[in-house]
Amino acid sequence: MSGQTLYDKVWNAHHVGTRADGNDLIYIDLQLLHEVTSPQAFEGLSIHDRPLWRRDANLATPDHNVPTVNRAQGLDGITDSIALEQVVTLDENCKRFDVEQFDILDERQGIVHVVGPEQGATLPGMTIVCGDSHTSTHGAFAALAQGVGTSEVEHVMATQCLVQNKAKNFAVNVSGFLPVGVYAKDLILAVIGRLGTAGATGHTIEYRGTAVTALSMEGRMTLCNMSIEAGARAGMVAVDETTLAYIKDRPFSPRADMWDQAEAYWRTLHSDDDAAYDMTLDLVAEDVVPQVTWGTSPEMVAGIDASVPDPAQMSDPVQREATEHALKYMDLEPGTPITDIPLDRVFIGSCTNARIEDLRAAAAMVKGKQVAPSIKEALIVPGSGLVKRQAEDEGLADIFRSAGFQWRDAGCSMCLAMNPDKVPPGEHCASTSNRNFEGRQGHASRTHLVSPATAAAAAVNGGFVDVRGWH
Amino acid sequence: MQSFRQHTGQAVPLDRVNVDTDQIIPKQFLKSIRRTGFGDYLFDAWRFLDEGDLGMTPNERAINHDFVLNAPQFQGASILLARDNFGCGSSREHAVWALQEYGFQVVIAPSFADIFYGNCFKNGLLPIVLEENIIQELFQLAVDGLELTVDLEAQTVRLADGTAHGFDIAPGLKEKMLSGMDDIAMTLAGREQIEHFEAGHRESQPWLFSRI
Repeated sequence: MSGQTLYDKVWNAHHVGTRADGNDLIYIDLQLLHEVTSPQAFEGLSIHDRPLWRRDANLATPDHNVPTVNRAQGLDGITDSIALEQVVTLDENCKRFDVEQFDILDERQGIVHVVGPEQGATLPGMTIVCGDSHTSTHGAFAALAQGVGTSEVEHVMATQCLVQNKAKNFAVNVSGFLPVGVYAKDLILAVIGRLGTAGATGHTIEYRGTAVTALSMEGRMTLCNMSIEAGARAGMVAVDETTLAYIKDRPFSPRADMWDQAEAYWRTLHSDDDAAYDMTLDLVAEDVVPQVTWGTSPEMVAGIDASVPDPAQMSDPVQREATEHALKYMDLEPGTPITDIPLDRVFIGSCTNARIEDLRAAAAMVKGKQVAPSIKEALIVPGSGLVKRQAEDEGLADIFRSAGFQWRDAGCSMCLAMNPDKVPPGEHCASTSNRNFEGRQGHASRTHLVSPATAAAAAVNGGFVDVRGWH
Repeated sequence: MQSFRQHTGQAVPLDRVNVDTDQIIPKQFLKSIRRTGFGDYLFDAWRFLDEGDLGMTPNERAINHDFVLNAPQFQGASILLARDNFGCGSSREHAVWALQEYGFQVVIAPSFADIFYGNCFKNGLLPIVLEENIIQELFQLAVDGLELTVDLEAQTVRLADGTAHGFDIAPGLKEKMLSGMDDIAMTLAGREQIEHFEAGHRESQPWLFSRI
């Protein structure tokens, strides 16, 4: 019998058993909650008079629809009355069910997928769920972390378990090392470009190889974050010294003897040498160039040195039709060089790219320069209040502000435009977020997904530019 | 949850791949704290030409007459014919709620995204996977009006002329749909099993239980 993959190990360590109807139950160690997908779940508990199974396995923060200005005003700073009701409802539910929350005025507030790791609430080998598909982010810590629907949120609240059948194993092996100017974001976009948005459906991806282990935890989070954009519900990276160094001494991480015991277990969280995968994808890191999406699905991506594809040259009728549709929506002509795509706005933020390392990479492109006059708005939205403070302490905020960027408060912001931060109809936005779907950043908005360095350079240049060697 | 056994209804063909949940129900409608009220906004940016927001009703909107769901012959359709990777993207269960509230009881596609597929079974919306070539055939037939009978027990999709296409479904998920039993109640019926597991888990990974 072949050995176990990392996913097999974490799954087996949480397999509670099989339910009467034949479905598997897995135990959940941590549920992250936010204001948008939790209210109906809390309501469900109340209607059936069910308690939370384990209050200490939950952590909440509002992120999706909080404004990124006037934060000091707290709830009074929320001008949208429906959004306000949702944030207030989260406050009330957390009080009522005694769930720890970093509320809108707490400096630890931020995007759930930034906050969990930052606090050490995310630990290796955990099972983690959240009513948000980018929960896969936490897989960077060798956790099995998955996005779930609201019914599943309620189910985990009431039973501490998820009803689920095991996924297959998918290995993405990246040999070599990413060149200077090429980042984890470029790597994951290249992976999605190869796999397609459904390429890993039904699988858990494990990212492996020298280029992956060379990444910081921030880079690994970016990688795992977008697993869902390749169809995989979860993405994972094995534990190594980088993982342990990141977790040590975080507020929620174990201390003293408990740390030693945990560390000994965590060091076993890697795939066995003889583990078998159902599917594999091999990439050479040196072949990856900075990526820019040109269409309305993350798989519609090209290198910075390439051009918008021509649907007329596509043999598959479904692909051709989808491309024609996307180009019409994006108002782009086939054959347009990526560097000639017009640009109106720049957004640096989101659970994909709003951590300190992302802001450092962006600041390095901006230092001593100005946002181009053709760019109507350039936003920097840190992933949490603590990231914001650190960036201010490091002088990054000054670099951004003096270059003409807006320096905002933490939240999901323009990634999904549920709050007031929106891209107006027809405008093109270089965005470090994760989805370029139609209307994602605002009604009729046009999104181009890129790395923080590429977004920052595009803001200064007034259009996309190859950041390899750009200064 | 409502149980699902059999359903006969008209099919409407939505000829697009990778339909994401942002299209099924755009984000501005997720601000509601309720489970209902989403049907009017299903495929909002495709059904309507103006930008929608919570509280608007369809009769005050600019209808996109080019969109298939607005075609007169497909009014009242309850079976959605879709393409590959239907329901990809965001985990929002609101997508399933919106489809159901609009009137859909079945979605048939060559493939579904995982989270959406799971969310369907939490609400009694039946997702059916059929082979690409069969779907292609159904798409062609649907243009002129196509009535289908879906029989979950027999695992078939039947046409009016008697042609039947079988489909696969995991036995556990089928059972759940047929019974319509409350998912949480079903899990809590095995409470001892969870408590037993939890005690062992606490012993082997005590740091997971050390938060106050």
